[in-house]
Amino acid sequence: MRTIRVEYIRDTVRDLCIRAATELPGDVAVALIKARKAEDNPLAGEILGAILENAKISSSERIPICQDTGLTYVFLEVGQEAHIAGGDLEQAVTEGVSRGYTQGYLRKSVVRDPLWDRRNTGDNTPPAIHVEIVPGSDLSITVLPKGTGSENMSAVAMLTPAEGVQGVKSFVLETVRKGGANACPPLVVGVGVGGMMDTAAYLAKKALLRPVGTSSADPRTAALEGSLLTEINALGIGPGGLGGRTTALAVHIETFATHIGALPVAVNLQCHAARRATATLRGEEVPLL
Amino acid sequence: MNDRAGVTGGQAERPFWSGAKRVRMPFGWAAGAGATAERGVAAARGDPRRLKAGTRVLLSGVVYTARDAAHRRIVQALDKGELPPFDLKGQVIYYAGPCPPAPGQVIGSLGPTTSGRMDLYTPRLLAEGLGGMIGKGERSREAIEAISRFGAVYFVTIGGAGALLSRTVRKAEIVAYPDLGPEAVYRLEVEDFPAIVGVDASGVDIYEWRNRG
Repeated sequence: MRTIRVEYIRDTVRDLCIRAATELPGDVAVALIKARKAEDNPLAGEILGAILENAKISSSERIPICQDTGLTYVFLEVGQEAHIAGGDLEQAVTEGVSRGYTQGYLRKSVVRDPLWDRRNTGDNTPPAIHVEIVPGSDLSITVLPKGTGSENMSAVAMLTPAEGVQGVKSFVLETVRKGGANACPPLVVGVGVGGMMDTAAYLAKKALLRPVGTSSADPRTAALEGSLLTEINALGIGPGGLGGRTTALAVHIETFATHIGALPVAVNLQCHAARRATATLRGEEVPLL
Repeated sequence: MNDRAGVTGGQAERPFWSGAKRVRMPFGWAAGAGATAERGVAAARGDPRRLKAGTRVLLSGVVYTARDAAHRRIVQALDKGELPPFDLKGQVIYYAGPCPPAPGQVIGSLGPTTSGRMDLYTPRLLAEGLGGMIGKGERSREAIEAISRFGAVYFVTIGGAGALLSRTVRKAEIVAYPDLGPEAVYRLEVEDFPAIVGVDASGVDIYEWRNRG
């Protein structure tokens, strides 16, 4: 049994919020550099250049990459042999988000209630927390600040099994064609297929955690990711939606078992500021009494 | 009428945003002008509202931020016959909500938000004399029609480049709705803020060009 104190979790979440907001992941930066080389449209090239320059300014001056520092997603992988001590896990994560957004000068973008009380909560809480129990005794924490420009252009469809792979492809393409220009392209396109409606949506969000440049472990799904990326880039939406070769940097598809009568598919669009930050906490060995 | 309004120069000096025209904000406004007279003003030589879709610009001068909640309140105020928080005539609204400034900064990260969410309010504000808007993304048919009818201009800037764009801000102060936090109305003074004409006064839309290939 290894013990992880909640204060450690809280402070790590705080640091991850600030790091995610100000440091573009290396895999995303590499994809943007490659995209700029591939663009022959001068405006598309200049927009990608500005996006890369923006990332440089962010990390050197600690200014958020984008003013929309999002609704905060916190993914926790808790080792089944870890013992979380000193308080409530959810409270610790929430307090970490509050401190990160306040101490890091990040924008507070959360309102209390969607319908009746759209007052800002003032510290970007509550976060969306997802917990998975995994083998081992470590606690892995990933923070994904999700902006609404791209989230609003996302969609879910309950297809029929008869529609199959072609139906999934058409829905993904249609979603990007309709909303891609508003979602701050070049995009990372997260696709979730399977389960029920909520599973597909969750998988689409989780697909955004995969580093850009990685493919699905299933070669058939990997091939589908590749052909969708080609077709999305053929749409010509381009950087900033103003035309060009690069509409998406990557398509990530995650799948799960589903019902005999179901083929749910969710498309979660992610803007080029594809921010995420991860840390793994090692528990301390504490003798059992 | 603001005597500094208008388009000047041709090429920007810096390599970034090549070929941009320099534009002053707010735009000119003839006293007492209504929608019809305003079209006459816009037609005057050098007026920013004559810029053609696709033209790159570097915007300097005063701009007001307003996004979802501020638009709602401005239109509610107008509906009740109250004055808006700033005189809209000839002004430019930037669809944006900033990050708070860290010590030593004028303002935090400040890029554009999705303009389409403001489309419902846009015809009303244009009717009150609003001269231009800055944001990102496509506008509705109704908004484009109103931009054309009132001889206004919609500028598109680079989404997700809030750190870069925040460097163009020389001064920032909250002038209305401080309770809205990041959605408060800020009066900004900017210098060489890069944008491109997205919808011009004749209703030409650059996103539409792209769709036609």
